[in-house]
Amino acid sequence: MELAKQEYLSLYETMLRIRGFEERSRELMLEGRLCGFLHLYSGEEAVAAGVCSELSDEDCICSTHRGHGHIIAKGGSIPKMMAELFGKDTGYSQGKSGSMHIADMDIGIVGANGIVGACIPIANGVAFALRYKNKDAVSVAFFGDGATNRGTFHEALNLAAAWKLPTVFVCENNGFGMSTPPSRATNNKYLSERATAYNIPGITVDGNDPVAVKRAMAVAAARAKKGDGPTLLECVTWRHHGHYIGDPALYKDPELQKKWLAPEVDPIPRFEKRLLSEGHASEAELEEIRGRVHAEIEAAVAFAADSPEPPPDSMYENVYSE
Amino acid sequence: MAVMTYVDAIRDAQRQEMLRDPDVFVAGEDVALMGSSFGQTAGLYDEFGPMRVLDTPISEGQIVSLGVGAAAMGLRPVLSLDFCDFLGCCFDEILNQAAKMTYMLNGQTSMPLVIRANLGGEINAAAQHSQCLEALFTHLPGLKVVASSGPRLAKGLLSQAIRDNNPVMVFEHKGLNGMKEEVPDGEYAVPFGKAEIMRGGGDVTLVSWSKMAHKCVNAANELAGSVDAEVIDLVSLYPLDMDTILGSVEKTGRIVIAHEAVETGGFGAEIAARLADEGFDYLDAPVKRVGAPFTPVPFAAALERNYQPNEARIVEAVRSLFA
Repeated sequence: MELAKQEYLSLYETMLRIRGFEERSRELMLEGRLCGFLHLYSGEEAVAAGVCSELSDEDCICSTHRGHGHIIAKGGSIPKMMAELFGKDTGYSQGKSGSMHIADMDIGIVGANGIVGACIPIANGVAFALRYKNKDAVSVAFFGDGATNRGTFHEALNLAAAWKLPTVFVCENNGFGMSTPPSRATNNKYLSERATAYNIPGITVDGNDPVAVKRAMAVAAARAKKGDGPTLLECVTWRHHGHYIGDPALYKDPELQKKWLAPEVDPIPRFEKRLLSEGHASEAELEEIRGRVHAEIEAAVAFAADSPEPPPDSMYENVYSE
Repeated sequence: MAVMTYVDAIRDAQRQEMLRDPDVFVAGEDVALMGSSFGQTAGLYDEFGPMRVLDTPISEGQIVSLGVGAAAMGLRPVLSLDFCDFLGCCFDEILNQAAKMTYMLNGQTSMPLVIRANLGGEINAAAQHSQCLEALFTHLPGLKVVASSGPRLAKGLLSQAIRDNNPVMVFEHKGLNGMKEEVPDGEYAVPFGKAEIMRGGGDVTLVSWSKMAHKCVNAANELAGSVDAEVIDLVSLYPLDMDTILGSVEKTGRIVIAHEAVETGGFGAEIAARLADEGFDYLDAPVKRVGAPFTPVPFAAALERNYQPNEARIVEAVRSLFA
């Protein structure tokens, strides 16, 4: 699979937009302008960018508490998401969801989820609905390494395999289930080995390489659409920050942290270097993208800051549907 | 009108709603080839095929999540969880997912999901197959909770639940499975939030639901001559028809709330609290509750006989209000 120039640039722009959104949110939180829990996706951008570059609006994703990156990569609105983080009336859920429950049903974002591992079997429900309605589309479950130890993961892989559902299970092995590394939580070297138990393909890819992720996702999506069933795709990456803003992550090995944040490993500078050295982009083109993304995020912050608070009585709305 | 059993009425509701709406599907353990443990889905697989009637693995969390994902996408899943005791295996999926999705997404999607489960003991099934756990689910905004006391309501409530755009916990009672009654033919839905008066009376109000409603009628018949009891079948716990309760108590001044569930923290406590708040001036006597003792359900017939709230305890509670 050869990528066109525009595909390379698009992957880059998506990763940059995610990093920009996350780091700007972090600043806002540290300035006291945001509240609640923010679980930052910085460092894992290549996974969301690679996976979602293979999806259309018909395809669906179910996301996690660390979901901003998935939502951005799937085409979610930056201003609406920022306004939701601010708890404003113009946010995705008018301030009812905050960071952890953002959804955009019009473009297949069925929702982020604050309960670890909960979205995995829900993605099967979405996949079932896609099949029921004869859609040529897939359902993606994003989840971390920690979630692979929940029963929901096993129930979901089993059902998707048994029913050959068009689900792609994307495990973001970011090194930590909150503070606990997979090496202390499982006896598997690769989490993708667990696919063997369900007789489905399981592969481990470099989760800091958006092209590697994209290629693996293309294979998994094609298989799912053909009716051959699910794939477990483990993307090995690294969570740059703590579990949430406020977690100093003292449990991290400083040497490993240093290694993963080095420019040759961090997915964004690493990809920049590749784009330049392989001739997919010029420095001027990258600079243009950086400027555009920066302006977009600042505009979103301004929009969110200037938006009104939700009216108090809106608390009572949408508890039930009509 | 045809006379049918409780089990047949449950099956008929699903069949009618599947005929009515192609987005309705049935999933759960043993619903297809076996037709469910008591036959509540018998024949549906043959009639509607493998895409609409699905045997699932024994994976309760996945069953409810299948429903949550499918409902978010616009389908209308009817999930069989069998014994309500098993709802512990999918509590997150009910309380954090199904109940909250519409709210968290601020109405971007609705959650037309039905979860069927059976309540009740008196079949010597011991502590994990005999409970009445309906009150747990009335504490969760986003859910509706209904319980049927006979075949007609079993059909009407289940049909309504399937048409409702919210997650509905539909509690059936396994002790009513063989009960027969006239049930309307064809499509038949009973709106939620309207209690039914099973027996009129002016001296005391007996409030109940599910199978216990019949014990209240028996108790009322036993009391007849000395005390004229009105018996209310709540039908739905959420939405709750407080008006019918208050209207009755305004007339009688006395009330006994009877349920098969453990008395402590049971739904009777909510009704009693609402009465203290909204109906205090109507009351001529303390609010009495009759429920199960604060123990798990015992196995032995000799033990369960004393465990289950019965007509004698309801009569005794009523008499105490006139002492």
